[in-house]
Amino acid sequence: MSTTNGRDARAERGPAGASARERRGAPQDGSAEMAMVARARPASYYGRAVLKPPVWGEDIAYYFFLGGLSAGASLLAVGADQTGRSALRRGGRLGALGSLGLGMFFLVKDLGRPERFHHMLRVAKLTSPMSVGTWILSAYGAACGMAAAAEVWPKRLAPRPAGRLLAATGRPAGLAAGLLAPVVAAYTAVLLADTAVPAWNAARRELPFVFTASAAASAGGLGMIVAPPSEAAPARRLAQYGAIVELAASRRLEARREVALEPYLFGNAGRLLNRASALTAAGVLGSMLAGRRSRVAAVASGAALLAGGMYERLGILRAGVASTTDPRYVNGG
Amino acid sequence: MRLAANSLSGPVEDVAGQAGHREHPPRMGFFTDTSVCIGCKACEVACKEWNEVPEDGLNLLGMSMDNTGSLGASSWRHVAFIEQPRRLARHDAGIAGLPVGPSGTEATAGIVESALRRAPRGGGELGTSPYEPGHVPAVPLADGPERTDFRWLMMSDVCKHCTHAACLDVCPTGALVRTEFGTVVVQQDICNGCGYCVSACPFGVIDRRPGDGRAHKCTLCYDRLRGGLEPACAKACPTSSIQYGELDALHERARGRLEALRASGVAEARLYGEDATDGVGGCGAFFLLLDEPAVYGLPSTPVVASRDLPAMWKAAGVAALGLLAAALSAFMEPRER
Ligand code: SF4
Ligand code: SF4
Repeated sequence: MSTTNGRDARAERGPAGASARERRGAPQDGSAEMAMVARARPASYYGRAVLKPPVWGEDIAYYFFLGGLSAGASLLAVGADQTGRSALRRGGRLGALGSLGLGMFFLVKDLGRPERFHHMLRVAKLTSPMSVGTWILSAYGAACGMAAAAEVWPKRLAPRPAGRLLAATGRPAGLAAGLLAPVVAAYTAVLLADTAVPAWNAARRELPFVFTASAAASAGGLGMIVAPPSEAAPARRLAQYGAIVELAASRRLEARREVALEPYLFGNAGRLLNRASALTAAGVLGSMLAGRRSRVAAVASGAALLAGGMYERLGILRAGVASTTDPRYVNGG
Repeated sequence: MRLAANSLSGPVEDVAGQAGHREHPPRMGFFTDTSVCIGCKACEVACKEWNEVPEDGLNLLGMSMDNTGSLGASSWRHVAFIEQPRRLARHDAGIAGLPVGPSGTEATAGIVESALRRAPRGGGELGTSPYEPGHVPAVPLADGPERTDFRWLMMSDVCKHCTHAACLDVCPTGALVRTEFGTVVVQQDICNGCGYCVSACPFGVIDRRPGDGRAHKCTLCYDRLRGGLEPACAKACPTSSIQYGELDALHERARGRLEALRASGVAEARLYGEDATDGVGGCGAFFLLLDEPAVYGLPSTPVVASRDLPAMWKAAGVAALGLLAAALSAFMEPRER
């Protein structure tokens, strides 16, 4: 886990550390007159931020986490449905709808005018990842809802027309949710990257992988909690894949050594991401060592994976905010 | 929706036309010539009055004569003040030999900066909501090295009305629109305060107003333009530092002014935001500056993030397919016993 250690070692240093200052160069226009003016600090307006810090609160991190979790759970449910793992299917479908619903609650709550949330539905804009996401989420939510309804429809009402309809549509609805799920997990990364926020924009190639991988790890964790160990082998494997890619992607972010990526390593965000890596690693190790035999170990590992996914999103949110409040991330210096 | 040439970045001949306006007036904008600004803040006041922009907090910020601090949801014009220990062309500041200490900006910047970092929004409050800098110690100007030269830069900042406006691109409700004048305006009855535009703007202009919950910024006085009037700030500016007009004509005038300034020894004069090949396709509101953009709190190389949107979706597509493949293979392995 050198990723974890690397973050540890630098977490105590302030943001915009040595490399930010090293980057400070001569004035861009290069006029001799400018160069003669000695500056005690990099050029900025009283150190004031150039950008506005995001107005998004922790709610949006909760939404990113829950949306990703829902997507991964839908994928697990499809596989479980096809391979006859009924507990995993049931837990996956209900977990997918539940986390989506809770996620939507946080998403709407974070609006400045929550009662106007439906204004998102008055346009469809390809240039706005939030608009694209709204429409994908709407379709995904409907599919998720139908799959979950098939799961909870009472047995004794099965002969009713609605019951027969749900029995027939449960599987295709679950499949549709599963096909849309990867986009649900990935679009939120585009949403963050498509901003002027230095830490998010600079990570535009890595963020989608961090987000889908984290969704896989969280959903794997959920699978280990809701299904008995005998059914949860695919959940364990999904969690492992997710954890490996997530740790690899965050390593890559570190290795690039870009000034704008520093907030992922330092301060509050660095600590949160550190914790995320540790929890994810612990969850995967726990599931590999004891997840097959002990339900208690499986539930504990699953919980660690879920917590890891949560901290990952919180850390990414905080890193973005930190990168906007320091003008050096925008103008160098 | 068809993607026309340069629809995400690069120069655009006809912004209003690209946005779907058929018969439309020429593109209108601002040329703000900071070399003649006297820092009277008439623009700030006129804007607040005409647009009924609420108070953004009455605080002493320690930023020279600037007690607004930044553009924000409730400050649509903002006059920046920068004190520098250098000469403006052949001007004689008349302070040689007088007991004046270091430049105010140099002396107070560190104090102001650390106060900003401690604020709940890291200083994002400026221009939007009250901000309490706490105790700002007085700087004894008589101490320190004596100055022989002095210049005071002032600049009235405003929304850039970008050719490729990131705020408009990302707005998911359609609240932000391109007007027939080529300007960028928030429709207040549509905005649901999602906050996306706030993080998208590469100039840190638009913000959400607490309590109100919606995003606000300069409208380039859309209502006045419709009525054939010039924007309130340009009308109020006593030195014509703020000039309103057809963008093409303003470009012409700005180039002339730049040449005149350089000819009279102001070698550091430069235009900012007039270049259609820059990261936002050029600005509808551009400036003549006397120092690096960063000195005024402006981004040195603003870029509309949408420029890279296709690449971002591509990366997301690969990641999504990867997740699908991972889920498939998780189930394809032989079942564990
Ligand atoms: S400066 Fe910012 S708020 Fe103004 S048009 Fe450009 S992106 Fe939008
Ligand atoms: S806050 Fe309002 S104007 Fe800004 S992107 Fe959201 S809906 Fe559009």
